[in-house]
Amino acid sequence: MSEQMTGLKKIDDCRWMVSMTGGMRVPGIIYSSEKLIKEMGADESPKQVANVAHLPGIVKFSLAMPDMHWGYGFPIGGVAAFDLEEGIISPGGVGYDINCGCRLVTTRLALEDVRDRVQDLVRALFQNIPAGVGSKGVLKLAARDQKKVLIDGAKWAVDQGYGTQEDLETTEDRGAVKGADPEKISARALERGREQLGTLGSGNHFLEIEVVEEIFDADAAAAFGLERDQVAVLIHSGSRGLGYQVCDDYLALMVKHIGELGFPLPDRQLACAYLSSPRGKDYLAAMACAANYAWANRQMLMHWTRETFEKVLRKPPRELGMKLLYDVCHNIAKLEQFVVDGKEKTLCIHRKGATRAFPPGHPALPGQYRKAGQPVLIPGDMGTGSYVLAGTERAFTETFGSTCHGAGRVMSRTQAMKASKGRAITREMAERGIVIMASGKGTLSEEIPEAYKNLDEVVDVVHRAGISRKVAKLRALGCIKG
Amino acid sequence: MERYRVFDHTADLGMEIYGRTAGDLFSNAAFAVFDIITDLSQIRPRETRDIVVEGSGWEDLLVNFLREVLYLFNGDSFLSKECFVSEIDEVRVVGKVSGEQFDPFRHRIHKEIKAVTYHQVMVRHTPELWTGKVIFDV
Repeated sequence: MSEQMTGLKKIDDCRWMVSMTGGMRVPGIIYSSEKLIKEMGADESPKQVANVAHLPGIVKFSLAMPDMHWGYGFPIGGVAAFDLEEGIISPGGVGYDINCGCRLVTTRLALEDVRDRVQDLVRALFQNIPAGVGSKGVLKLAARDQKKVLIDGAKWAVDQGYGTQEDLETTEDRGAVKGADPEKISARALERGREQLGTLGSGNHFLEIEVVEEIFDADAAAAFGLERDQVAVLIHSGSRGLGYQVCDDYLALMVKHIGELGFPLPDRQLACAYLSSPRGKDYLAAMACAANYAWANRQMLMHWTRETFEKVLRKPPRELGMKLLYDVCHNIAKLEQFVVDGKEKTLCIHRKGATRAFPPGHPALPGQYRKAGQPVLIPGDMGTGSYVLAGTERAFTETFGSTCHGAGRVMSRTQAMKASKGRAITREMAERGIVIMASGKGTLSEEIPEAYKNLDEVVDVVHRAGISRKVAKLRALGCIKG
Repeated sequence: MERYRVFDHTADLGMEIYGRTAGDLFSNAAFAVFDIITDLSQIRPRETRDIVVEGSGWEDLLVNFLREVLYLFNGDSFLSKECFVSEIDEVRVVGKVSGEQFDPFRHRIHKEIKAVTYHQVMVRHTPELWTGKVIFDV
């Protein structure tokens, strides 16, 4: 494909430039590979990278990660930093599922300890963890408790007995961002969140039993407590209906006031508010509530996972040693400090389908990871397994401490449904040695592996580009889906 | 007349909706949402809910209307079988839906529709036909 056709200019083997045209305030940079760029075809995400560059207060570049694909307003895989005084915040730059993210729980079990028990474990997990469309949890929160969840996040769950203080140490932001204000959340968002805490959800969310297949960086793996043949559990979920409603409410509000921004927007889905305005501050406070809800949610899902392992394998917690390696979010906007033109500045970093990847020595990291860098968890599609990476200095200087978040779709859901027609997906997965249970048949068809970009290729780009470092690769053994 | 048609859009679901009048278009849009979510033949019209929505023009009105319609299920677990529009102009629509509460033992959920988006939203009309286009996040 020629450069004219894509509008992209190759910088090096891992980076493509979206040159400044029209009202763009900064250039765009896409991290990718020849292969991924070719596969992108007519996907309009490069244009979306350019659209984001139109927004006021954007700092340095409009960025996109190799798992980039089309999203509402901002592309998925997009990263953009905004100045607090002149810049904006946009619900479309965070996404509907606020603090969608994942956590990896390591165990003291080896593959041979569970090889014959995967089926039992998957069945029991499916029974103990509510999943699927509109699934309700075991709790119906009273209004006062729900407000605590929104402010305290994972800590609320730990205080209720779902896990330990130690879990909070290895959760991004200790499982709660500051500035959450439940008064900024609509009655509808609260209502939707009331019965969904402690549920996995549907779509691309899943809970997977995995085994460490390959170690790339022995020192970092040792720091993260990872070794070959070790069994681990990956949990991928978000803020459920509450996060969706927060995004929906604020998007509608910002669209309504689009005319007051004082500049033309190339796409209505980029509706935003100045970070310094009351509306921008309100969204940030509401978004924080949804983010904290998601952390409480994943903390509870992990607790039931631990309980299930104990029950099925009849082993005490000490013997199982199920430890939270780390929890990352990949749909969020955060206030973080970076050096811009030699000066330290607080910026608002939008990561929509992108993961924080802080370098060794960063004060936000727990002591045991200071030397290795932040653990970065990259879930694959159903049954592919996942990667553990580590954050780097280069990510900190080039991509506002960000890297990719997953495989990224290449097929629409309808295309995937067509491609999977007449196929027994559960059996296909079983033949590959993966036990799957899903509450909706449709979900399985829509989430077939070929609907996603090759995870190895995506991870390879961020590794070669130096914006994170490969530490370990995990293979899937069993999976539950909504 | 065909009430709606589904089209493909990257990760999501696009819908083209038709109607003889604006009211027709809006009630068919509400019908389409629930026709995708569930099997409508299993829904009994036991209760009604009122819908009153405002917008800044036909397209904004359609998005806001569908946000309200979708909340019936996503927020309230209510499944609508039919929708009747009683008043409509470019900035306001008043309607009623009839249906019942979701019952997991009797109703199947085929597809989750998570949100209505503003992406490529369109409403246009000729004297004979109103057409609307909306993309949903699923």
